[in-house]
Amino acid sequence: MARITAGVASSHVPLLGVASDFNKDRDDYFGPIFAGYDWTREWEKAEKPDVIILVYNDHASAFDMKIIPTFAIGCGERYKSADEGWGPRAVPDVEGHPDLAWHIAQSLVLDEFDMTIINEMDVDHGLTVPLSMMFGKPDAWPCKVVPLAVNVVTYPPPSGNRCWALGEAVRKAVESFPEDLNVQVWGTGGMSHQLQGPRAGLINKEWDNMFLDGLVGDSDHLRRIPHIEYLRETGSEGIEMVMWLVMRGALGKKTRALHRHYHVPCSNTAIGHMVLRPDNGEGLDMTGSDTVTAIAAE
Amino acid sequence: MITEDPRHQDIHEYLAEMEDIPGTRVFTAKRARQGYHMNQFAMSLMKDENRARFKADERAYMDEWPLTEDQKLALLARDYNRCLDLGGNVYFLAKLFSTDGLPFAEAVSTMTDMEFPEYRAMMMAGGRSPEGMRSIRANEAAAAAKKEDR
Repeated sequence: MARITAGVASSHVPLLGVASDFNKDRDDYFGPIFAGYDWTREWEKAEKPDVIILVYNDHASAFDMKIIPTFAIGCGERYKSADEGWGPRAVPDVEGHPDLAWHIAQSLVLDEFDMTIINEMDVDHGLTVPLSMMFGKPDAWPCKVVPLAVNVVTYPPPSGNRCWALGEAVRKAVESFPEDLNVQVWGTGGMSHQLQGPRAGLINKEWDNMFLDGLVGDSDHLRRIPHIEYLRETGSEGIEMVMWLVMRGALGKKTRALHRHYHVPCSNTAIGHMVLRPDNGEGLDMTGSDTVTAIAAE
Repeated sequence: MITEDPRHQDIHEYLAEMEDIPGTRVFTAKRARQGYHMNQFAMSLMKDENRARFKADERAYMDEWPLTEDQKLALLARDYNRCLDLGGNVYFLAKLFSTDGLPFAEAVSTMTDMEFPEYRAMMMAGGRSPEGMRSIRANEAAAAAKKEDR
């Protein structure tokens, strides 16, 4: 049976892709950001996930204003890196997992989540930057990816509660897939940032850290934060954090944190990153615990 | 942190709150409709050949789109706050930033009251504080209370 073994949260600022692609990832500006992902890169090598269900939003790349799907799932064989106006990122194609994706899509629809099915699309920095952050610069991505795109651009986006519930339904769907697969769910975007208007540049460290705290343990209070709270407290683009709640919802009642990183700024944005383990008696061992010890000893 | 049950939100109250944030234009359906062609125009700049044609004659290229005169003028002037007022969305307008070869953060800074070096320094120092930036109504109420005190 397939099972969800971990959740990963990460910002997906496009500039991180540029830093990675042009080898600036260890300079004075980007070094402290990327250093916070070193632990995770080693941990991922030990975890060897088969598939990532990658929750992200498209930034006017695959979707324009013609069609605005609230929740869309990629069921294709592969996805190319989108040209976002300066040429596509020189990263490997993203390989899909159509069997699992279609299984999840069908299960979700039966579970009353009316998904949009995407068979062909390009994927932008929202999806490829998290892959770079977690896997570095390989010739091919080390696992398959099921893209799960959420509208957080045109209002209203889905509520945090709905995102959490979608995560719960994704978990159910994954657990009924007969193949033995190690599946991670990643929630991307955020944290506080505002890219528009006179209030641009807003950052709220205190609120972001409360949000990070809220992902750990058995509380589900984050699912009830209304949109207006994200907008007022974390900037107009901070709303992307609802996508983290799909990931959190997919981890079941309780989680524990394996790793946490927070840094300001990256361009206009606060970088947040967290690695979570579901903690509901799944009996998941501390795979990667050697890494934890090794890095702690450094 | 507010954690209300958002399941029974009234759409009118919801939209009214969206307009209560200082210095912010939330991309509501109303703005999305108003700016539809402006955003689709910006989207067309994803293609090299369109970028070339636009750069050769911006006005002529925009005349091919059903944009309002105000929208064309705001785009020509790169007045991004005005573009937001006319229904533009920053992820779409970003296609114009990159056509101009302008880094994202620098383009964003043009919407604030700061020059880019000052904006960048603010970000390096931890960004803009949300204090006093949460609610137009709350700011007005605070100002009125202060006036009464005097």
